[in-house]
Amino acid sequence: MSSQPETDFSFDAAGLVAAESGADQRIEGLSPWRLAGRRLRRNRVALFFLVLFVLVVALCLAAPLYADWAGNTPDRNNLTGTLVRGGKKQFIVTPDGKPIGPGFSKKYLLGADQNGRDVAVRLLYGGRNSLFVGFASAVLTILGALVLGLCAGYFRGWIDRVISSVFDIVWSFPVLLFAIALGTALALGGLHLGFITIQGDSLWIPTIIIGTIFIPYLGRPVRGQVLSLREKEFVEAAVAQGMGPLRIMFSEILPNLTSTVLVFGTLTIANNILTEAALSFLGAGIQPPAPSWGNLISDGVARLTTAPHQAIVPGIAIVLTVLSLNVFGDGLRDALDPRAKVRLR
Amino acid sequence: MALVLWAISVITFVIFYLIPGGDPALRIAGRNSNEALRAQIREDYGFNDAKPVQYVRLMEKTFNGQLESYSDRTNVRERLLQGVPATASLILGAAAIWLFFGVLLGVISAVYAGRWPDRLLTIFAITGISLPEFWIGLLALYWLTYKVSWFPPGGYAPLTAGPVQWAYHLVLPWATLALLSIGFYSRLLRSNILDTIHDDFVRTAWAKGLSRRRVLGRHVLRNALIPIVTVFGLDVGASLGGAILVEKVFGLNGVGQYIADSVGSLDLPPILGTTLYGAFLIVAFSALVDIAYAFIDPRIRLQA
Repeated sequence: MSSQPETDFSFDAAGLVAAESGADQRIEGLSPWRLAGRRLRRNRVALFFLVLFVLVVALCLAAPLYADWAGNTPDRNNLTGTLVRGGKKQFIVTPDGKPIGPGFSKKYLLGADQNGRDVAVRLLYGGRNSLFVGFASAVLTILGALVLGLCAGYFRGWIDRVISSVFDIVWSFPVLLFAIALGTALALGGLHLGFITIQGDSLWIPTIIIGTIFIPYLGRPVRGQVLSLREKEFVEAAVAQGMGPLRIMFSEILPNLTSTVLVFGTLTIANNILTEAALSFLGAGIQPPAPSWGNLISDGVARLTTAPHQAIVPGIAIVLTVLSLNVFGDGLRDALDPRAKVRLR
Repeated sequence: MALVLWAISVITFVIFYLIPGGDPALRIAGRNSNEALRAQIREDYGFNDAKPVQYVRLMEKTFNGQLESYSDRTNVRERLLQGVPATASLILGAAAIWLFFGVLLGVISAVYAGRWPDRLLTIFAITGISLPEFWIGLLALYWLTYKVSWFPPGGYAPLTAGPVQWAYHLVLPWATLALLSIGFYSRLLRSNILDTIHDDFVRTAWAKGLSRRRVLGRHVLRNALIPIVTVFGLDVGASLGGAILVEKVFGLNGVGQYIADSVGSLDLPPILGTTLYGAFLIVAFSALVDIAYAFIDPRIRLQA
């Protein structure tokens, strides 16, 4: 969401340098990174949402501190307890099964769930899991896409044909359905691939699934960029200097992909958090009793009429996180590479 | 294309037969079963055979429509076919909505680029793509159905029961499923239009003295729509995933709900069948899109 009207930022950048250094001064060159940093700093909206995101992450990381302060743990059930709120004694879960809603009290700030667990504490702990899966799977996607995209684009020929058709095939599965299929299959008995064994309820299962299925979405644009980059003069120069293909790929071509990866990475984390929430909502993502934002919503579905806060609160956390990443990612793209076309979904 | 279809079927087989650890018979019979029963099940389902044999048998079953659910042994294809009307209504209706509003808002956004309608639509779009659709569906259910009861509390009314009831039951699911894509399409179209608007042929069109309407409609929009057509074909197929969530929330009882229920009971064959059919549909759809391309863009027709 740029506050700028639609202008071509590459011209804008040149204009900016000229304007700020004055007409009769010598025009100093600025590195693209400093130009991008300057553009980003002027984008207040993007910065605001970056701060918001950092805040969310910090809060989730501080979950144990909050749990200590509130005197509750994410897994402690409390079906018979009471709570003094506003001078009145209230059931945490009423005898007919209605959990207490949000209100101003140290414990149960955001209400309780059906087992009398503290929603605020679970929200923060769930955020840790959701954010972990979001981050780690994004790293996996980026690594996979870079390696495959670089190989396909650099070596071309049969390697490219193989990698591209693998991308095509993964692409032909409906993304979410594919993730659900993998999630269900793996949640049952875990993953056993050679010497790697991962338990079915491990956080790594959704991480690996989400990280893998989105590789083609970055891998294709990377391959395209590498195909054109490898024809550039600096690659020719590197070849003339006797550099091997690996060195050219990783130390000559890779740095040119940084802006694509940064922008895509930000948007991928957002997208992956949404995917994780959807998977967990269906029961094919993070396995209960481990909390996650999707799990919390799914817990709340059955009590939507009596205790709507259970489903609403975690959703707000998801929206805030994803929105802040999307806005910041948009600003980052405007700043780094106004003409980049990274598509994610 | 045949190769892609074959690879898809192999991958599906690998996902469901090779990757999962543990004894499949244990899953079918339950944890409290005895060894004799489990051995019987392994024999019945052919889990003891060599993997390639199992693959061939799976494909035969899938395409003869004999795939059966593990949990209640109902026929998967029959159940899926029962669900198709609801799911097709949901997806096609939502696709029409998101295409219409996506194009409309994208054009408005591009025409007013930088001014307040554009800013407003940008906020709307970026919020739209940040919302988990199932959560929005739950909110809509809570406020518009339980609180003010403007809409029916979920369920699907077949078209045969009258188009009004049909649409009335589908309004909220349609809106929920379309919301994300509206934001996405309007952004995509906006940037496409703004890319095209400075092209030489557009300047020529202005120079010929054509009306604003004609330049924007015939020259700019037509070119800007081409990338939309590509993603639209893919997205209609991919929205099967969104349909699973939306159907679960609104209880539409279509294919998506069937999948959601199967995930709940960890019942693999329905998911397997749908993944396979779904992937085949997407491959078929992208072939259709390629053909549609040729109609929209004569340059592609000339190349071929």
